[in-house]
Amino acid sequence: MTNSIEVKDLTLNFGAVSVLKNMNLDVAEGEFVVLLGPSGCGKSTLLNCLAGLLDITDGQIFIKGKNVTWAEPSERGIGMVFQSYALYPQMTVRGNMSFGLKNARVPKDEIERRVARAAEILQLEPLLDRKPAALSGGQRQRVAIGRALVRDVDVFLFDEPLSNLDAKLRSELRVEIKRLHSRLKNTMVYVTHDQIEALTLADRIAVMRGGIIQQLAAPQEIYNRPSNLFVAGFIGSPSMNFLHGATVDNGKAFQFGETKIDLAGYEGGAILERSKAILGLRPEHLTIQDQAEAGKTISAIVEIDEPMGADSLVWLLANGTQMSVRVPVERRLELGKKVHLKVDITKASIFDKVTEQRV
Amino acid sequence: MASVTTNVAANVGRSSARGPKPRRVLSPRNIMLYGTLILMCLYYLLPLWVMMMTSLKGMPEIRIGNIFAPPVEITFEPWIKAWSSACTGLNCDGLSRGFWNSVQITVPSVIISIIVASVNGYALVNWKFKGSEVFFTILIFGSFIPYQIMLYPMVILLRELGLYGSLGGLVLVHTIFGMPILTLLFRNYFSSLPEELFKAARVDGAGFWGIYLQIMLPMSLPMFVVALILQVTGIWNDFLFGVVFTKPEIYPMTVQLNNIVNSVQGVKEYNVNMAATMLTGLVPLFIYFASGKLFVRGIAAGAVKG
Repeated sequence: MTNSIEVKDLTLNFGAVSVLKNMNLDVAEGEFVVLLGPSGCGKSTLLNCLAGLLDITDGQIFIKGKNVTWAEPSERGIGMVFQSYALYPQMTVRGNMSFGLKNARVPKDEIERRVARAAEILQLEPLLDRKPAALSGGQRQRVAIGRALVRDVDVFLFDEPLSNLDAKLRSELRVEIKRLHSRLKNTMVYVTHDQIEALTLADRIAVMRGGIIQQLAAPQEIYNRPSNLFVAGFIGSPSMNFLHGATVDNGKAFQFGETKIDLAGYEGGAILERSKAILGLRPEHLTIQDQAEAGKTISAIVEIDEPMGADSLVWLLANGTQMSVRVPVERRLELGKKVHLKVDITKASIFDKVTEQRV
Repeated sequence: MASVTTNVAANVGRSSARGPKPRRVLSPRNIMLYGTLILMCLYYLLPLWVMMMTSLKGMPEIRIGNIFAPPVEITFEPWIKAWSSACTGLNCDGLSRGFWNSVQITVPSVIISIIVASVNGYALVNWKFKGSEVFFTILIFGSFIPYQIMLYPMVILLRELGLYGSLGGLVLVHTIFGMPILTLLFRNYFSSLPEELFKAARVDGAGFWGIYLQIMLPMSLPMFVVALILQVTGIWNDFLFGVVFTKPEIYPMTVQLNNIVNSVQGVKEYNVNMAATMLTGLVPLFIYFASGKLFVRGIAAGAVKG
């Protein structure tokens, strides 16, 4: 498979501040890559570099095998959708969608054909002669997508396109974007800080922090085997439980306070003996039971019970560490009761506390 | 009887609870508020009233001395004289000459300064170049230097350029002196427009001028009206530059007005002077009335982000 986008050793400094550091990223043709991270991590900056809206300090960018490091945004073969829609307020929907084509001197009948096609795909036909001010938020964002669509490009860049919409519209448009991708098979790079969007849309997710890609992998991989402590804590809601302790017995067990947890069945590298380690357990990979099992359970005291509709979230205190566990909603628990949490070690992650990397 | 009224009052109170709260027109608060406003209005309108009335009277009536009284016999003679035959020290063709000079000065100065300043502001916001902040700071600094300091250097500069004493020279001066404040206005307005709009236009392949003309310009009409009003009134009312940088044949209207009012031959014709002053003020007045609403909107829009 050929690469649609290749980023090589990309570095960007704003004065003395380094925003992107030696970044490498390959996006395969037709792939949907999501850049995910907290605000200020450089994800939007990276997208702006790809679009050519920011001049980079060092490195190279290839799109479809062509070096576009210094090319104008319009010459890169990209379409971009912005968070604030960025529709031209004085133009109609049709005017907005054909503006780029007019600048590229595309013949009139060709413009008409492409606008009609985009309008059909996005169900914008009845709105073509309206001004953006007369559209709802969801419609505006569809027009913005349409504006990228008519350019007939291979690469779509989305800069937090759904952040300005309310929750219901957001999930609707999320589905629409996914449908669009499966229909058009374009390469898409999508920036978001919403992990649900990332997990549902992406073929691969790039989790970023401080201008560095922490992990680039398929959503399930990111969720189940986060490569470091940051990724583990960032993905998942509520976030992963972290138990601070040590690996003992030549890496065969995890010592957490008085409790020893058997590590047989752990999927990962050699555990070794580490005096400072962290055991990461997702709330849904723990089960509450009344009996203790040596090497498999942690005893804890129930603090709070939060029914969430489909299931319920129980907060417990184990050896001074707060933990959350997802349980079926029918299971009512007495507050203050002592229970035992059974650990599914095949789905756990162990991190070295010093390097913060998964072992 | 008393109980009935209470009942009715209670019913009315319940059924009309949604209506607006009844207001007393003549509350002490309103009397204070509107009283002050009316007084202020009168204070500001009184000179205009006196001017208007005086300009419509003949000289004998003026000599009676009651400046507030409306004219007994309305005459437009002073207006006609002020326009076409009042004498300055040099010639006797009234303000008409100055009016056309002012038009010839104001129109190009306003157009050129607004075009240049709006492009300046646009470039300073969206096409930042190395040192653009320094450039802007210097430009703004220029608006704090008193004009008087620059008069003499400017005279020399214009003389060297061969523009001294010509309309073109004065237009150049007005354009330059309008630059700091106009650039500031436009820069602030453009920086209040969403940056993503500019980015979207770049992705759409529009260049420097394409974005300016097709995206920015249509969105900043209120700002252009503000700039128009500022420049028209400023340049039309200017006296100092007019008297320094031009020759008598091309004196702007304000200078001409001064010469008419201050000419010391014969009787002081107050009615002609008043009419001449009103005539000179008509253009800015018209501009204000024609575009007041847009002016307020533009000022407010520019004020949101500085």
